[in-house]
Formats: sequence, C-alpha cells, structure tokens
Amino acid sequence: MDFLLEPWPWFIGGPLIALSLFLYFYFGQNFGASTNFETLCTMAGAGKVSDYFKKDWKQRDFALLFVMGLIIGGFISAYFLVPNPAIDLNPTTVEELTDIGFSNVGETYFPAEIFSDDVVFSLKGFLILILSGVLIGFGTRYAGGCTSGHAITGLSSLQFPSLLAVIGFFIGGIIATWFIIPIIF
Amino acid sequence: MVYNPNYILGMKNIKFLFLGIFFAIVLSKTQAISWYRFYEMFKFQSFHMFGIIGGAVVISMIFMQLFKKGIIKDNNGNKIVPKQKKKGFIRTVLGGTFFGLGWGISGACAAPIFVILGFKLMPALILLVGAILGAFFYGLLSKKLPN
Repeated sequence: MDFLLEPWPWFIGGPLIALSLFLYFYFGQNFGASTNFETLCTMAGAGKVSDYFKKDWKQRDFALLFVMGLIIGGFISAYFLVPNPAIDLNPTTVEELTDIGFSNVGETYFPAEIFSDDVVFSLKGFLILILSGVLIGFGTRYAGGCTSGHAITGLSSLQFPSLLAVIGFFIGGIIATWFIIPIIF
Repeated sequence: MVYNPNYILGMKNIKFLFLGIFFAIVLSKTQAISWYRFYEMFKFQSFHMFGIIGGAVVISMIFMQLFKKGIIKDNNGNKIVPKQKKKGFIRTVLGGTFFGLGWGISGACAAPIFVILGFKLMPALILLVGAILGAFFYGLLSKKLPN
C-alpha cells in the first residue's frame, strides 16, 4: 500500500510511460493526446463552420475512451492516491517563486496563484488560463503533436519534425517561465 | 443500449479506457501533472521531468526498433508503423513555440489537462475550453498558415 500512496520517483515514470506507449501501439493505434482537441471540435459541430472538421469522430472512439480514462484516472488519483501532494522542489525554485509573490510554494501540485477558485474567477486569472489553453490547442495542432505525440512518440521513432517541435516547446516554455511569469505575477 | 454496462465493456476499444486510467495514475503519481514540475524543468532547476521524459524516450526507442524489425506486431498481427509527422520548419518550430508558451504558463500539456480535471475542476475546464478553441482557430486558419 505504501508504494501506492508515496510519490513515485522519476525512474519509475519513464518506463511506465513507455509501457503506455507500447500498449497504445500494440492495441493498433498511434500514441498521442492532442488530436482529441480537434475531435472535440468536430463533436461540437465545428464541421458546419469549416471543412477541416468534417471528419467521422466515431473512428476515434478509441481515443475518446482513452480521454475518458484519463479523466477517471485523474479523479481516482486526486481522491485516493495522492494523500501527500508536497513537491520536493529545488530551494532555488522555492525562493524564486516566493520572491515574485507565490505563497506555500511546492506544498501542493498546483499553485493557488493560478488554480485557486478566487483567482480562476478573476479576470486576470481567467485570461491566464483561457489564453494558455488557446496556445496549447492551437500550438499542438499547428506543430502536429504535443509531449506524447512529438516528444515521446516522435523522438523515439527518430522523426526530424519532432526534434524541431521539441525545440519549439522549449523556446516557448523558456520564454514563459523566464520572462512572462515574472511579468504577470 | 449505450447505458448497458455489458454493452460498454464489450466494446472492442474498451481497453483504451483502462489504458487511460493507468496513464493518468502514472502521470499523477510521478508528479508529471504538477505546475511546479514543469516550471523547474523549463528553468533547468531539477532533473525530475528530464529523467521522466528522457527515460520514456529511451525505452520507447527500443520498442520502436522492435516494431520496425517486425519482432513485435500489434494484437491483430499487423506490423506497427508510427504515423509520419507532418514536415515543415515553420509549422513545427512556431507551432511548438506557441504550445510551449501555453505549457510554460499553465504547467499543463495535452494529456494532463484531462487528468487535472480530477484535481482542479474549474481551472482545468477553462484550459480545456481554451484548447478546444485553439484547435478550432487552427482548423479555420490551417490553409493560410505557413508550413
């Protein structure tokens, strides 16, 4: 039981993610997550606005079941499997975030400064999340994949476009964390 | 019929539901959905996420070689061939940069958004609506964007 309740170290994560990729391919499908944003557009009726979304979403029932599993797994984890959400952060990280006004840094998975209810329902907090979401949806579809599809599937199958995409991910992530976060907080 | 559990459990692809649950638990337990973990990754202040992603890539490479040589086939006996990614310097680097910006600020990439719904329902819903809108904007503009 202890193993289920303690945080898992990084060297468990890599092999188990690779196992998930393996099973996804073994079950006959291409591993990835971000195509689902398009599928959800199609299901919401986006095909009426643009031919791009005129696709048969029922052919992606496997991916929608995977997404349902992600949601169920998230609730199971949140309610039963993460009794101690503290993150063992580098003291430099804690100090830096505290300096720009974050409180209780690393005590839970998600900082209250972005994820608490009163922040989410403020204009600034809402805009931070919705615009991040738009960047994630737009960027992954333009680039043709996300962390699963490009960084893991693409890099491991030695595809050059995925290397370029991962370089892009880091350019964006570095701009966000080094420059944008200190400005908006 | 859809509401009959036997109907759902009898579906050919139901295994993907269980795979999704497993994947979500792996991401949650290894803290790979935590905002802080991605912040420290992009600031190069911790090895944790590099270890997870790097480890996943290295082990997946071995699987990919076994797929390529046909040593492991899928459960229908077909050869496993990963889809070829779309080529194009601008689309991959610029699209990747947009995604990286959203990921760096919100600490969420595509799969974790769905997992975070269980932890932080409202913020994750807003992220998800944003991501669906973003994919919609991409679809509208896809023919006009440089490759």
